[in-house]
Amino acid sequence: MSTDLASPAAQHAEPATDLAGRREVPFRGGGFRHRPMWYVGPVVFAGLLLLWELGSRSGVISPIALPAPSEALGALGDLVETGMLWRHLSASLSRLALGWSIGTCLGILVGLAIGLFAVARSALSPLVSAFFPIPKIALLPLFIIWFGIGEGSKVATLVFGTFFPTVIATYSGVDGVDRNLIRMGQSFGLKWRSIVTKIILPGALPAILSGARISASIAIILLIAAEMIGAEYGLGAYILMAGSLFALDQLIAGVAMLSIIGLIVAWLIGRAERKLLDWRL
Amino acid sequence: MELIVEAVSHQYGATEVMADISFTIGSGEIVTVIGPSGCGKSTLLRFLGGLERPTSGKVFIEGAAPDGSLNPLTYVFQDFALLPWRTVEGNVRLVLDDHRLSASHTDEIVDDVLARTKLSEFRSAWPRQLSGGMKQRVAIARALAVRPAVMLMDEPLSALDSQTRELLMDDLVELWGRERFSACYVTHNLAEAVRLGHRIVVLSRRPGRIREVVDIDVPLSERATRMAELEVTQRHLWQLMRDEAREADRELLHVD
Repeated sequence: MSTDLASPAAQHAEPATDLAGRREVPFRGGGFRHRPMWYVGPVVFAGLLLLWELGSRSGVISPIALPAPSEALGALGDLVETGMLWRHLSASLSRLALGWSIGTCLGILVGLAIGLFAVARSALSPLVSAFFPIPKIALLPLFIIWFGIGEGSKVATLVFGTFFPTVIATYSGVDGVDRNLIRMGQSFGLKWRSIVTKIILPGALPAILSGARISASIAIILLIAAEMIGAEYGLGAYILMAGSLFALDQLIAGVAMLSIIGLIVAWLIGRAERKLLDWRL
Repeated sequence: MELIVEAVSHQYGATEVMADISFTIGSGEIVTVIGPSGCGKSTLLRFLGGLERPTSGKVFIEGAAPDGSLNPLTYVFQDFALLPWRTVEGNVRLVLDDHRLSASHTDEIVDDVLARTKLSEFRSAWPRQLSGGMKQRVAIARALAVRPAVMLMDEPLSALDSQTRELLMDDLVELWGRERFSACYVTHNLAEAVRLGHRIVVLSRRPGRIREVVDIDVPLSERATRMAELEVTQRHLWQLMRDEAREADRELLHVD
C-alpha cells in the first residue's frame, strides 16, 4: 500500500525530457483491495498473549489487576482435574442448545407465516416490533414464576431472546425472494406447498442463516446473564462466583471458555452455510 | 389448440395501458408481438397465460390440449427464472415433480429435453456456472418438459449478446421445425420478430393498440438465407415503429 501511495509523487519527480516521445502508459490502478492473510490473525492473538504474559512476569501488570494468562490456564487445568469443567460446560451447553433450537424453530415458523400471509403480517409484525427491543433478561423474574427456578426459566429466556431476531430475519428473507421465481412457479402450475418449500424457503435460507448467526450470539449473552442470576452450575454461575471471590484467574478462564464457545458456534454456522448454500459461490 | 385474445383492455389505476387488443394464435403458429417500450407487451403476455387479469376483455382457449401436455400455457422468461439452488437437471425436474409421473417416466422426459436442447453434459451444473445463452436453453428445456401447447415467450433473447441471440434463434427455428409448437413471442427486436414470426402484431405506444398485423409467408427455415426479402418487411415495420418509439422514449414512466 505504501508504495502505491508514493507512486504519484514518483511520477511527478520524473524528468519531463521524453515529453513527446514513446512512453508506457503509467499504471494507476491497484490498491484498495483485500488479500486474505490467514496467518495475521493468529499471530496478533499470540503476540498479545505473549506481551500480556511478559508484562505479568516482569511486574508491569500487577497480578491484582490482571492475572497472567498462564495462571488463567492453571485455573482451567484445576477445573478439568476436579471434573467441574464438564459439569459447568454441560449445563451451559444443554441450555444453549435447547433454548436456541426451540427459539430458532419457532422463529422460522412465525417468520414464514408473517412472510406468507397478510393476516399474520398485520397481526404479528407490530407485536414483534414491540417485543424485540425488550432485554429478555429483564423478564427472567417473570419466567421464574412461570416456568420455575430450574432449567425452565433459563431456557425460556433463551427461547424468547432468539425467537424475535429469527422471525425478523425469516420474514425479510421471504420478502426478498425474487417475485419472478414465484411467478415462474405459478406459471408452471406448481402446488402452493411446492412453491413454499422449493422456491420461497431456499430463497430465504441465506437470510435465515445470517439471522442464526446473530441469534446464536444473543443466546450466549443471555445464557450467561440468566446463569448469573440464578444457577448452581453453568459458566455464568462459575464466572459470577469467581468474580465475587476476586479469583481473577478463574474469571479469565471462564470468559475464555465463552469466547471459545462463541468461536465454535460461529464455525458451525459457517459450515452449515457452506453446506446448505453450496449453490452460491 | 388455439389461443384467442378478445378485446383486451387494461388500466393500472388511471393509466390506460392497452386498449382493445384482439388476435388469435393458431395451432403451430408463432405470433410475434412488437411495440415500443411501455406499450404493455409483457403485461399482455401475462394475460395470455393467466398470470394477471385484464380490466376488460377475455382470453380464450379453443380446442383440447395435445395428449400428454402437462402445462398447456408455458412461459419462457426474459430473465430465465431458473432457481439458483437447483442444478440444470433439478430445474427441469422442478416442473415435473407435482405431476405424479413415475420415476422412470420423469427420467425419460428429463433426458429427452436435455438432449434436445444440447444440455446433456451440463445436467449437474449450477445456473451460476452457465452463460446467458445456456441459461435460456435450460429455461427452454424446462418449458419443453411439460409439453406445452402454446409457448409464451417474454423477450427470451433480450438479455443475451447478439451472437448468442443468433445461435438461439437458429435453435428455435430448428426446434419449431421438429415440434411445431405454437407461440406468442414478445420482443422489441425487429430482426427477431421477422425471423421467428409467422404473423407480426405491431402495437402502438401506450395505451397499446394494434397498429398493424403483418403476415410473412416465407417458411421459417428459409428465412436465414432470404434476409433480403425480409429486409423490406423489416423496414416497413421500423417505419411503423419509429415515431411511436420516439414518442414513447420521451414519455415519463407512470407505471412500474
